[in-house]
Amino acid sequence: MKLNRKWINEEFVDLSNVSDKDFVETLTVFGQKVETYERLDSEMKNVVVGKVLSMTRHENSDHMWVCQVDVGKDEPVQIVTGAQNVHEGDLVPAALHNSYLPGGVHITKGKLRGVASNGMLCSLKELGLTLGDFPYAIEDGIWILQEDCKPGDDINTVIGNDDTVVDFEITNNRPDCYSIIGLAREAAAAFGQEMRHHEPVVHGSNAGTIFDKLDVETEATDLCSRYTARMVANVKIGPSPKWLRQRLRANGIRSINNIVDITNYVMLEYGQPMHAFDYRYVQSGKIIVRRSAEGETLTTLDGSVRPLKPGMLVIADEEKPIGLAGIMGGKNSEILPTTTQVVFESANFDGTSIRQTALALGMRTEASGKFEKHLDPMVTLPAVQRACELVELLQCGDVLDGVIDILNDIPEEKVIPLEPEAINALLGTNIPEADMVEYLRRLEVPVVNGMIHVPSWRPDLNLMADIAEEVGRSYGYNEIPTTAFKTSTQGGYSPFMEFENKTGVLCRGLGFSEIITYSFVSPSIFNQIRLPKDSPLRNALKIQNPLGEDTSIMRTIALPSMLDILSRNYAYHNKAVKLYELAKIYLPQEGQPLPREPKMLVLGSYGAHETFFRLKGEVEAIFSALNLPKAEYEAESNHPAFHPGRCAKVSMGGKVLGYLGQIHPLVAKNYGIDGEIYCAELDLTDAFALRLPDPTYHPLPKYPGVSRDLAIVCDENITVAQAEAVISAAGGKLLRSVKLFDVYRGIGVPEHKKSLAFSMELRADDRTLTDADSEGTVAKILAALAEKLNATLR
Amino acid sequence: MKEQLNEIRQKAISRLENSDTLAALEELRLQFLGKKGEVTALLKQMGKLSPEERPVMGQLANQVRADIEGMLAERKQELEAHALDAKLKAEALDVTIPGDEMTFGHQHPMNQVLQEIKDIFTGMGYQIVDGPEVELAEYNFTRLNIEEGHPSRDRSDTFYFTDDDSLLLRTQTSPMQVRVMENTKPPICILAPGRVYRKDEADATHSPMFHQIEGLVVDEGITMGDLKGALVTLMKRIYGEQAVMRFRPHHFPFTEPSCEMDMQCHKCHGTGEVDGQVCSTCHGEGWIELLGAGMVHPKVLEGCGIDPKRYSGFAFGMGLERMAMGRMKINDLRLIFDNDIRFLNQF
Repeated sequence: MKLNRKWINEEFVDLSNVSDKDFVETLTVFGQKVETYERLDSEMKNVVVGKVLSMTRHENSDHMWVCQVDVGKDEPVQIVTGAQNVHEGDLVPAALHNSYLPGGVHITKGKLRGVASNGMLCSLKELGLTLGDFPYAIEDGIWILQEDCKPGDDINTVIGNDDTVVDFEITNNRPDCYSIIGLAREAAAAFGQEMRHHEPVVHGSNAGTIFDKLDVETEATDLCSRYTARMVANVKIGPSPKWLRQRLRANGIRSINNIVDITNYVMLEYGQPMHAFDYRYVQSGKIIVRRSAEGETLTTLDGSVRPLKPGMLVIADEEKPIGLAGIMGGKNSEILPTTTQVVFESANFDGTSIRQTALALGMRTEASGKFEKHLDPMVTLPAVQRACELVELLQCGDVLDGVIDILNDIPEEKVIPLEPEAINALLGTNIPEADMVEYLRRLEVPVVNGMIHVPSWRPDLNLMADIAEEVGRSYGYNEIPTTAFKTSTQGGYSPFMEFENKTGVLCRGLGFSEIITYSFVSPSIFNQIRLPKDSPLRNALKIQNPLGEDTSIMRTIALPSMLDILSRNYAYHNKAVKLYELAKIYLPQEGQPLPREPKMLVLGSYGAHETFFRLKGEVEAIFSALNLPKAEYEAESNHPAFHPGRCAKVSMGGKVLGYLGQIHPLVAKNYGIDGEIYCAELDLTDAFALRLPDPTYHPLPKYPGVSRDLAIVCDENITVAQAEAVISAAGGKLLRSVKLFDVYRGIGVPEHKKSLAFSMELRADDRTLTDADSEGTVAKILAALAEKLNATLR
Repeated sequence: MKEQLNEIRQKAISRLENSDTLAALEELRLQFLGKKGEVTALLKQMGKLSPEERPVMGQLANQVRADIEGMLAERKQELEAHALDAKLKAEALDVTIPGDEMTFGHQHPMNQVLQEIKDIFTGMGYQIVDGPEVELAEYNFTRLNIEEGHPSRDRSDTFYFTDDDSLLLRTQTSPMQVRVMENTKPPICILAPGRVYRKDEADATHSPMFHQIEGLVVDEGITMGDLKGALVTLMKRIYGEQAVMRFRPHHFPFTEPSCEMDMQCHKCHGTGEVDGQVCSTCHGEGWIELLGAGMVHPKVLEGCGIDPKRYSGFAFGMGLERMAMGRMKINDLRLIFDNDIRFLNQF
């Protein structure tokens, strides 16, 4: 909401002695945050009023003139112009040497076809103005000033640019501040000054009464809590006076004509959007406020044909819609130069309905923007009165007697107790009751015998806490003493968060860097990772109104997000990349409103040193440091995203945690990577549930152990895990560890066979092992290997 | 014989001086002291001496033997020392060659800042909690006093999963207030960081997914002064003791009174200007908006079964991205989600 300071200084509360910076800061900390502010004259510099003393033809041009211009200095300056509407004696805007015009245009002296020109005579447009601002000027040509000014005057003063426009961020709870009066009220209270009020006075005429001409029916009473209308006859459409045009312009509104300008002016002043209909086009003199019917359209003032959806609130006559309620009027009832009778509409429409209609039609207007804040229905009457008062002031018509005022839903006055103790307890202050009453009085919220009479424009004041805010901001939020509360709560992380934090530390220790990716993904990821059509992972939550297809479903698998980032890094030519993410996935649950959101640990890497076993070793190291039980790794050749021969299904305690391995070359190709990528996606939420109790001390061995190496030859299809299982089972109590250290194929080993070499540690807790002990154990192991796996000692 | 012994000694001395290797020394030892060595040979002739001469000569011979042994040992040590010197010299390295590459991964810059904030809060007695991102409109809006038809509920602002707009991606971390309050009796002191979603196209300052940090304290006698105290303490911990803060009234449906907290711009110190130019950090405002906060709205407390006559509380919410970007001088939000390793490894 924009506010030009001159307006409130002149009409409501004179704060002209307050600097812009003070004004802005004081209101900001008072609760009306200033977004920006701007001196209107900041764009234009060194442009003055000039009087054309003489004009001669340019020696090298048949259309240019060389003018001697009095700019209030001792000597006139010579300026060349190409305009043909200038005459000797005219007052014109003259941009002098080294002047600035709107849009950053810099004017310096120079030569035009060989003749010195020390500036430029300006048109309206060059000064950032339109015909609406100064209707007597012409569009193509120099602006011949008809203002009360003299040579040398700053053009900013002539235009009325000696003003500051302050743009406020108005919060949703303060619809009253979408008006000059509302902001003036806040400014007066913030500076502790009294505000001047003006009650509109309408004298009336002998032109008849509204009741003989107009009938209003509010069919949609639920969407129109109040409809107020007055009429003006003998209208003389013409330009508005300068003061009015200036105020509109400072607030960014183009001047159209006196009647339309009045409606806009009242909208700014009171915050009440108004509309003026040409009575000629209100069929049978009947206005109906109703919902639109199927198939209706309306051509709005901007010339667009709007197909209306049933249920949109319209203003209609007996035959057709003539306005889109609270948004824009219809072209069919527009105020024209020939208009002679006008209906002023000042109504209160339902904010939500207006907002939804504006949104649906893609036409948010100044008016709809105000209505959607839920305006005060008590303002419709003073606003229409003000409009009629201005008609009389501008002498542009005769106001008919009578006011049509339909009240469908007028809220009752709220009366709530002032609770000084509760307020002080909430704020942590010690403000005397009398001060609170005074603060509220300044805000025009009267307190009578300890009861607060809430004005209609403050729908936000309902409870003690609301009053506490008013008291608090008047007292000054920054004056409230800063205190430290005592809490008996214990701060900390949940065990799972600790677990997650530790996982992150471990990943980084292994060289993985953390990534953060979007939770929503494209449905095409399923095809990119070659997921079968019937995979349950394709059952993802679908966003109904996504920004785009790419972010339209909630991921049920986090691997594609990792692949996406690896792909991006690959495209950036980053040579070796190791990444991890602690990523939530979103799994719909049958019969539950909310999905399950478990957290996945996703690892991804590519580069010269990356191999399957490196990744597996990393996963094992992380699991071990997280105090998890030993995981099982099974060959998995059916996971569509992974290399069929280089993928392990990772299980723990009978639960599948996920998969690790080399990404399938076809999937890698889908992500634009031509090389080996290694990834793992493991369910951290499940793993967390399986973590072992905190470790306790095991006595260190008292007796030395014996290490034995064993190389066996077995069939190619025997896995290391199988061999280890047989060795462990046969080794019994004495076997403390078994570890693969070599896999060999080639000379000395028959074809389709391989040699596996294990290193074993044998130890007893109560004695030093004898040779017989160890020989016996090894013999048992060999026997078992022979029996179970048909393996022989190499 | 005496002369012979002295001769041997002299010979040994002169030979020793010319022996430069351990092998030559060994040869020398054998020559003089070995079984067939010169000293040994001489000693074998002792029998020929008279009984008077024998002890004198024996003593002398042992002396010569000891002298030679001593000289040999000394020389050996010398040679060994030289050899070690030479070896070490040969092993010398160019210590300016870079060490083997040992790299740690990097925590994402946003999570670094988040971790720091969480640590500060846990130290202040806050329990860190997490909650659902796919949320019911009931929690995200209704129970936070955000009425039906409120603009933030629009489909142009919020992502929905169902036709009836009942299931959505949370637009704020504030539903965690309700989730905690309906399950916990005061005193409550929690921090709920997490992802939130709004329908904004990604650009330098917007992202459809971003992170918020929600704080909530509910107990008997909690005041707005306490709210100020908690937030000022936090910001001084994050931005340093010299940080200057201010509070401004604001509006949130679920707090009353509500406020926003700004920090004085550290670059222009609140003047809005640096060297006559508009300050680029605060865009001339002199202040940088940090967070929104307020006293928990009585209706919200009541809706969670907490008696607002007995208990009061405060809540605050801040954007993590803005804070991280400010701290690390990251000028484009898209970098955060781009995850270029060259970016990640800078932090």
